[in-house]
Amino acid sequence: MAELITADLVELDLAGTDRDEVTRDLTRRLADAGRVTDTEGFLADLRAREAQMPTGIEGGIGIPHARSAHVTEPTLGFGRSKSGVDFGATDGPAHLIFLIAAPEGGGDAHLTILASLARRLMHQSFRQSLHEAPDADAVVRIVREEVLGQ
Amino acid sequence: MRFVAVTSCPTGIAHTYMAAESLEQAATAAGHEITVETQGAAGSQPLSAEDIAAADAVLFAADVDVRDRERFAGKPVVAKGVKAAINDGAGFVAEAVRAAEQGARRPEREQAAEPAPATKVDPTAGAATRVRQWLMTGVSYMIPFVAAGGILIAIAFLLGGAEIATIVDGGEFGGREYEGVSDLSNLLGEAGIAGVLFKIGSTAFEMLVPILSGFIAFGMADRPGIAPGIVGGLLASAIGAGFLGGLVSGLLAGFVVLGLKRLTVPRGVAGVMPVVVIPLVSTVVVGLLMVIVVGEPIAAAQSGMTDWLSGLSGGTAWLLGGLLGLMMAFDMGGPVNKVAYTFGIAALSSGDTVIMAAVMAAGMTPPLGLALATVIRKRLFSPAEQEAGKAGWLLGLSFITEGAIPFAAGDPLRVIPSLMVGSATTGALSVLFGSTSPAPHGGVWVVGLVGQPLLYLLAIAIGTVVTCACVVLAKSVGRQKAADDTTNVSAQAPVTV
Repeated sequence: MAELITADLVELDLAGTDRDEVTRDLTRRLADAGRVTDTEGFLADLRAREAQMPTGIEGGIGIPHARSAHVTEPTLGFGRSKSGVDFGATDGPAHLIFLIAAPEGGGDAHLTILASLARRLMHQSFRQSLHEAPDADAVVRIVREEVLGQ
Repeated sequence: MRFVAVTSCPTGIAHTYMAAESLEQAATAAGHEITVETQGAAGSQPLSAEDIAAADAVLFAADVDVRDRERFAGKPVVAKGVKAAINDGAGFVAEAVRAAEQGARRPEREQAAEPAPATKVDPTAGAATRVRQWLMTGVSYMIPFVAAGGILIAIAFLLGGAEIATIVDGGEFGGREYEGVSDLSNLLGEAGIAGVLFKIGSTAFEMLVPILSGFIAFGMADRPGIAPGIVGGLLASAIGAGFLGGLVSGLLAGFVVLGLKRLTVPRGVAGVMPVVVIPLVSTVVVGLLMVIVVGEPIAAAQSGMTDWLSGLSGGTAWLLGGLLGLMMAFDMGGPVNKVAYTFGIAALSSGDTVIMAAVMAAGMTPPLGLALATVIRKRLFSPAEQEAGKAGWLLGLSFITEGAIPFAAGDPLRVIPSLMVGSATTGALSVLFGSTSPAPHGGVWVVGLVGQPLLYLLAIAIGTVVTCACVVLAKSVGRQKAADDTTNVSAQAPVTV
């Protein structure tokens, strides 16, 4: 199984200012890494999910995510935004954006990893260390330690 | 306090688990215990019956339907969206505490809480137990159809008399030929409210085998099992295979889907596996097996049995009554039962009302005997079966043999032989007593038309007691061996039908 996240899937200073821009930015990284086979198709799946219920949660977090036939491996794309991007949370824009891509037909092992990632997101310490991570490698290391326990 | 919670969201990969984590953190921080079932894409570890029973309140953090909600009947419930749990877990838990305190002040509600039927399967159980759990999953979803359909049909007979079924479906009754009502919009006018109720009830009955089959497959293979299971069940009905055919198609569908899920496929195909490949392939495989492998032999066996019965007609009458009783109880609406029933109808049209009386009496004892058994030996039956037992009285009295299916489907090897003994007793006694019935349906509600009515009721009562005694005996002594027995069903059932 491939790594959940690698350094080239991390953008510590997102340029975009709205939901579409930042998800497109991160999706392109996933596509370049071969994790997403059809950028537009995956973006459409993300928008469909977002339309059901915005994925922003309190504490400045946005979690655009989808199960999609255009995804090959369960993958996390991570971005930080200084100005913040609105993800529909009631308490303001998101500064930490987690783009979660899950393959449509993924086995349980894949989905279990994403489940434990989702659980870590609820831990303040995890969020804080991602806020403070100095570079992309540090983000990858933190996720690996916290989610995979490696 | 102790809580149980279910979290569930549309995609099932993020919010479901975040909500679970948030509720666990909040409850633990406030000094409570909580167990969370995450109904997400990674498969859920079901809450144990003990956890649910011990819980002071139930928390639903869900944006889509909570599966198997009935497990929590009678518990104080706090239901919100997943975001409420994620954003304010502490507030959610605080509300649950208040709900639990209010619930505790109303003890009569707590008493109404019953242990839920086991509708999901414990993956750690042994093979035999799992087969039984699969069957019980199908049964628990089927029971509402049995209850609703059976009671509606019974009411229709009460209101419209024994001829109501013939008026709606067509055929001959009491020397009169009925066309039947093909256009439902004319039903109320032509058959009255009783006819409409009969139609609704019999429509619910048409779903028995498909639902049984579909949810056996669901118990085995989760959601992908439903489509091939239900289609297989519809085909089982169409080929006249009855509920035993439904058991076969459900197990088949479950195994086929489980097999397909295990296949390792190229990445390009993986994406369309759950959407196209699994439903298509499993439905085709199950359908072909049902139509070709199961269907043909059933038709052949039925015509063979019919010829055989006709050959016996001149023999000892009470033996024939007993034999018809055995057949009526064997598969309750399946192929063998149909042969016996059709034989009764054929006898009726040639003026022999003794055979019809025996057939009807023998079809009444299975639900009655089981209903009696659930009363005198409650602990031998699951909560779902105890519920089915309550409806069994009315269904049995109305000659709706299907009322016994939930019991027979869940534990066929011990229940079916017991039912057969009781029905054979009643069938033979009915002939010995010389009872006659000009009505092909209606049960005790047409007893006014029956010749020797008191002895007829006595025959039914004796068969009911015999059925009950056999079931209780079989369920008590076979406890240890129960596991082995149920395994054999899956292996042998294709041969039986």
